[in-house]
Amino acid sequence: MDEQVLSPQRQLYLKKQKQRKAAVFLLRIGLLLALFATWEGASRSGLIDAFIFSSPSRVWETLADLAVSGELLLHVGTSMGETVAGFVLGTLLGTVIAILLWWSPFLSRVLDPYLVVLNALPKTALGPVFIVWMGAGPGSIIAMTLAISLIVTILEMHNGFLSTDPQKIRLMRTLGATRRQILLKLVLPANFTTMINALKVNVGLSWVGVIMGEFLVSRAGLGYLIVYGSQVFQMDLVMATVLLLAAAAALMYWCILWLEKVLKKYMGVTV
Amino acid sequence: MIVQLDQIDLTYQSPDGQVEALRDVSFSLAEGEFVSLVGPSGCGKSTLLSVIAGLEQPSGGRALVDGEAVTGPSPKIGYMPQKDQLFPWRTIWANVTLGPELHRAGRKEGMERARDLLDRYGLAEFAHKTPSQLSGGMRQRCALIRTLATDPKILLLDEPFSALDYQTRLSVSADIYAIIRQEGKTALLVTHDISESISLSDRIVVLSNRPATVRAIYDLAELRHLPPLERRDHPAFRHYFNAIWKELDTHG
Repeated sequence: MDEQVLSPQRQLYLKKQKQRKAAVFLLRIGLLLALFATWEGASRSGLIDAFIFSSPSRVWETLADLAVSGELLLHVGTSMGETVAGFVLGTLLGTVIAILLWWSPFLSRVLDPYLVVLNALPKTALGPVFIVWMGAGPGSIIAMTLAISLIVTILEMHNGFLSTDPQKIRLMRTLGATRRQILLKLVLPANFTTMINALKVNVGLSWVGVIMGEFLVSRAGLGYLIVYGSQVFQMDLVMATVLLLAAAAALMYWCILWLEKVLKKYMGVTV
Repeated sequence: MIVQLDQIDLTYQSPDGQVEALRDVSFSLAEGEFVSLVGPSGCGKSTLLSVIAGLEQPSGGRALVDGEAVTGPSPKIGYMPQKDQLFPWRTIWANVTLGPELHRAGRKEGMERARDLLDRYGLAEFAHKTPSQLSGGMRQRCALIRTLATDPKILLLDEPFSALDYQTRLSVSADIYAIIRQEGKTALLVTHDISESISLSDRIVVLSNRPATVRAIYDLAELRHLPPLERRDHPAFRHYFNAIWKELDTHG
């Protein structure tokens, strides 16, 4: 706008903003380094037992070993694949079921108590059931993630559909729109944000389901590594895996944020 | 008579009981006429529009549009909702062609009509913008063009200006009025703003509190030929305002 002449106040303001941003960034990095340094120092000086609490250098060595042996890629890849499958399936299936419920208010009335009970049920209780039914493998793990994320998605999406502006529905009806057209041209696009939010929530829930599932039926994956590491008392492996998990989950969340941005731009959504 | 309402009754059923919304409502609209419906809020004005638009079936009486009984939404009726209700995820062009997009029959003509209307009312250059990039007045114009694109004979305006601030409201209502007149449409405007109804209408139908019945019908003969903003300076304006205000006050 006024790029040529910036008033002194403006310059001062911009400078302060820049300084603040830099300070935040540096402190974030500093905090992380301080944490690791304290951890390392405490374990080297014998303040904490490195055998039980591990240390950053031991974690680093473990990660390097995992990377060299190719196990890192296997376990991270397995868990990430299951998580992606879980939240994509959960979001799609949840949306489809929510559409059915929106389409038939009668069906929605009938199923309401079932959804309430299933939502209240702690889904992890179903883990052993899935293993018996589907065997110890990725099938059970994805079933676990679905169990955790599906009901919430259905309720969330259905609520979004129901809160579509009644005035807009009225407008569509006076234009002679069929129920199908109201769904495709109004209800779904109006709930784009609801869907992205469901996707975001489901990423987190899927990780819970995947780790939970891998605890129960472990052959590969980060959950498997954590359980295995704790059973053979290799805390270096456990800590390394937890850090890997944090990185993988964060990476995936950022991917969703990026996807949201791209989709919004593509759809021209400004809501 | 292009719209004829004949002793319309409407009673809603609900688990808690029944609510009588409309009772014995009869009036009609001549082709090209601009009529306003005024009444206390919640009296059933919008319900009456729903009946004419074919969204709700009356429990008694009958509604005729262009000589035919109303059985459902019809292309003869165009509806302008409260606020502009433009879809924010669509461009202006995609918004104004929403009607033609929904029906295979007459789609091409509808698209051409929309293009022509955008051209004539100075919005062609905004066709690829999104609604949020337009001012309130321009958005209202787009909403009208969306309604006109399906070439209805009758426009039902459901408090379309209620969300605008007073200043904008005066100029937008005059603008919309001019377009409707120019396109030669019949219009039925629901409003609770007495001044607005006097400045725009040929006739005003005053409804009572629920259940809505027709209290009085005013024929604004001496104002008909004047544009909306000039009507506000005419001596008859105050006369009508007081009469309608009293009518609503005593019976409301």
